[in-house]
Amino acid sequence: MSNSPSDGVLRPSDHADSSPASDSDEITQPRLGVIGWARWGWRQLTSMRTALVLLLLLAIAAVPGSLVPQRSADPNGVTQYFTDNPDLAPVLDKLSLFDVYTSPWFSAIYLLLFISLIGCVLPRTKHHWKALRSQPPRTPARLSRLDDHRSRTIAVDGEADATAAAAVDTAAAQLRKSGYRVARYDARGSYSVSAERGYLRETGNLVFHAALVGVLIAVGVGGGFTYTGQRVLVEGQAFANSLLDYSSFNPGRFVNGDTLSPYSMTLDQFDVTYVPPGQPGSGQAGDFVAHVTTQAPGADPQDGEVRVNHPLDVQGDRVYLLGNGYAPTVTIRDADGREVFHDSVAFLPQDANMTSLGVIKVADGLPQQLGLLGFFYPTMDVLPSGALTSTYGDLEYPVLTLRVYEGDLGIDDGTPRSVYTLDPSGMTQIAGGDSGNPAIQLMPGQTEDLPNGLGTITFENEAPAGASGYDGSVKRFASLSIHRDLAGPWVLAFALLALFGLLAALFVPRRRMWVKATPDAGGVRIEYAGLARGEDPTLAAAVEQLAEKHGAALPPQSHPETGKVD
Amino acid sequence: MPGTDPLLLDEISLLLVWTAVAIYVLAFIAYAIDLARRSDLALKAKDEVVARELVTAGGGGVISAGTGSSASVASKPRYLWARLGTVLTALGFVFHLVATVLRGIAAERVPWSNMYEFALTGLLLIVAVYLAVLTRYDLRFLGSLMTGLAVLLLGGATLAFHVEVVPLADPLKSVWLVVHVFVASLATALFALAFGLSVVQLIQTRRERKLAEAPADAEPKRSFLRTVPNADALESLAYRFAIVGFIFWTFTLIAGSIWANDAWGRFWGFDTKEVWTFVIWVLYAGYIHARATRGWRGTRSAWLSIIGFTAVLFNFTIVNVFFKGLHAYSGLTT
Ligand code: HEM
Repeated sequence: MSNSPSDGVLRPSDHADSSPASDSDEITQPRLGVIGWARWGWRQLTSMRTALVLLLLLAIAAVPGSLVPQRSADPNGVTQYFTDNPDLAPVLDKLSLFDVYTSPWFSAIYLLLFISLIGCVLPRTKHHWKALRSQPPRTPARLSRLDDHRSRTIAVDGEADATAAAAVDTAAAQLRKSGYRVARYDARGSYSVSAERGYLRETGNLVFHAALVGVLIAVGVGGGFTYTGQRVLVEGQAFANSLLDYSSFNPGRFVNGDTLSPYSMTLDQFDVTYVPPGQPGSGQAGDFVAHVTTQAPGADPQDGEVRVNHPLDVQGDRVYLLGNGYAPTVTIRDADGREVFHDSVAFLPQDANMTSLGVIKVADGLPQQLGLLGFFYPTMDVLPSGALTSTYGDLEYPVLTLRVYEGDLGIDDGTPRSVYTLDPSGMTQIAGGDSGNPAIQLMPGQTEDLPNGLGTITFENEAPAGASGYDGSVKRFASLSIHRDLAGPWVLAFALLALFGLLAALFVPRRRMWVKATPDAGGVRIEYAGLARGEDPTLAAAVEQLAEKHGAALPPQSHPETGKVD
Repeated sequence: MPGTDPLLLDEISLLLVWTAVAIYVLAFIAYAIDLARRSDLALKAKDEVVARELVTAGGGGVISAGTGSSASVASKPRYLWARLGTVLTALGFVFHLVATVLRGIAAERVPWSNMYEFALTGLLLIVAVYLAVLTRYDLRFLGSLMTGLAVLLLGGATLAFHVEVVPLADPLKSVWLVVHVFVASLATALFALAFGLSVVQLIQTRRERKLAEAPADAEPKRSFLRTVPNADALESLAYRFAIVGFIFWTFTLIAGSIWANDAWGRFWGFDTKEVWTFVIWVLYAGYIHARATRGWRGTRSAWLSIIGFTAVLFNFTIVNVFFKGLHAYSGLTT
């Protein structure tokens, strides 16, 4: 039976290379009550067939997550899905179809798979450990019954037994030199060496499967020590790495938000280049760089760059560039000319030409609160319909338009409001739309009156003195994502381990070779035979090569018999 | 190539692509004629002789491309049409290669940065791997399948996906584009060969079953399958290509994660493309297991190889074009 200890490889009983005799294990129904059933269940769970079925189930179960938006990858898509399919979405949600990869059914499949995996790998590891320190098995009595078999007869030069023993010595030395573990089995009437190689194949297989467990654990545990935080920085702005300064923060289970490494970061400048009109890909933006200065306590400030694909390492954190856009600087003065608002407000890009949408909220200083809903067009143009649009992402003809609402911003009652949205219910529109007053329209450096004598609004020109055109007239912002990831390196290490294990498991041939010398009437008959353990397309060639090499090392009068191929 | 108009270069490249497609069509026809003629040839030659010659015994049925025992060389059928098919395929490949290189020069970067280019390079590799394998194994019976695939996919991709050369978007400016995508294409090429072999394996299995059921003195049926290795040999060859492909795919997965970690700040997020890469990986892991599971070796595992490659094609076409995700590299504006 092929999973007897002498076999060297322990495999699940329904492995294709196990002898069919072990089928009876499955057919025999357990008669031993609970323990018997448990044993039987365990054997089922750790069988090849179960592993295979679970693998296929895993593949199938992963598919819906690509058909339906996932909360983890695309939360806005999920919201949209609920809007578009109000009847279907709640049903899908009940089935966890918006969280496929954390759903009970998906988890059940991969957990069962990994239990099966561990149950399969542990006994095999133990077995392999033993096999690694045991001798190659006894030479079979009749080598000629093996598929790959060659033989030759050599003339005797002196005593037959001595010649035979010497020939086997030579073979053993050759085999050992080519990486085989060898054992001599000399019996009365014949001399033989049994050799085995390719233990690395099974080692690789076990390392591969164990490394998969490593990947899973690293992802699971490491995720708990990981955090990500987002922050929008306008050129010139600084931020300190503490919970308070993040606009959103997602800590893993074991992260203590109070002990983030203390450093600060300033966005000095954000650069982007656009492909000029008339060239292929015109208008396309690229080469985004956020130039930042970072400072750790007690250290000198350091310049750094954050680019797409090239995050910046700061104090063990990695800073990523998520997005960018324009942040028009606006000043609002009351009727007496006192400044009631002055800030650079990040406007969110809506299209490839950076048509951007933003909200300005003036909470204090005016008779009533003021909300301004703005569109910013870096290169404004008028569509045939009369609507405004941007035709290019760079600042060629920057225009800011604003609708103005007066009333209660709804920010005083403690309800959290996004800085990017304005809820105009309960407010009166006083400029733009049907308000009777036109929307305010400004270019950098221009000032307009607010309606109803409320005061003035200025779109500041931020360009340094002497700049040409509108270059630099509007500040840019960078949206940064700051990560600490303890899982990553471990996951990578286990994944690479799995890859190397796989290489060994798939490509190292595991085989046994025997060379046997039997003195007989005509001289000494030498037989060579090989047996593959697992997939081994080059076995025949290896036996042939062994026979040739051994023949070459023998005294010259030996003559080969035809290689016999069954 | 400073001073050369990239648009012009791309136009020349496109012309060469269509030339390559046309030559592949001719190769396909030659291979198809070969298959049709093989049925006759095979009847003339003694069935067993041919079978022995193509499948050298032992070693799990290695198929030899010319190492048949010397005694039978004289009687070995010379598949003239197959030879023509191979010559044409090689010629088409040269045009295809030059077209791909020109596209790269026009774009001043590796020519696999959008769907059109990915198809261009991916199919180039499929043909290259096929031609390379021919030097060791006589797989010309797969010729019509391979050239057919090349014609359909290259022609289709050029019609549907061709875009002008534009500068690379920032997220694609990474060494991982070079490595990850190239290795993925290489894996695809190997999976394609394994797929072809699995398909022929299934057909061959059917024939072998019928043959076994037929009465011993039945009139042998004409079929090119007589000149093709037996199902076992086909299966172990398919397996060998699939495992090399699987290694490359595993590497693709790892390299992709490293890139994702640089670009998006997380190495894995079940983005649609990641999902499909994972699904394909698991399917092939299943295939490898199936080969080692009693009752699954043979027809069932062949089906898994076919399903696996279908998923690869699906991933490249449908997922790229219609599924929403971060991997927006098709270069198509929809
Ligand atoms: C996460 C799930 C699993 C994956 C991705 C996986 C993947 C693989 C791969 C790629 C191989 C080929 C490498 C080689 O031949 O050594 C393999 C082989 C093997 N696996 Fe798994 N496996 C998984 C789970 C399991 C489980 C649960 C079992 C136990 C029943 C198992 C038993 C085996 C065995 C015995 C082989 C050797 C096959 C042979 O002899 O060719 N695997 N596995």
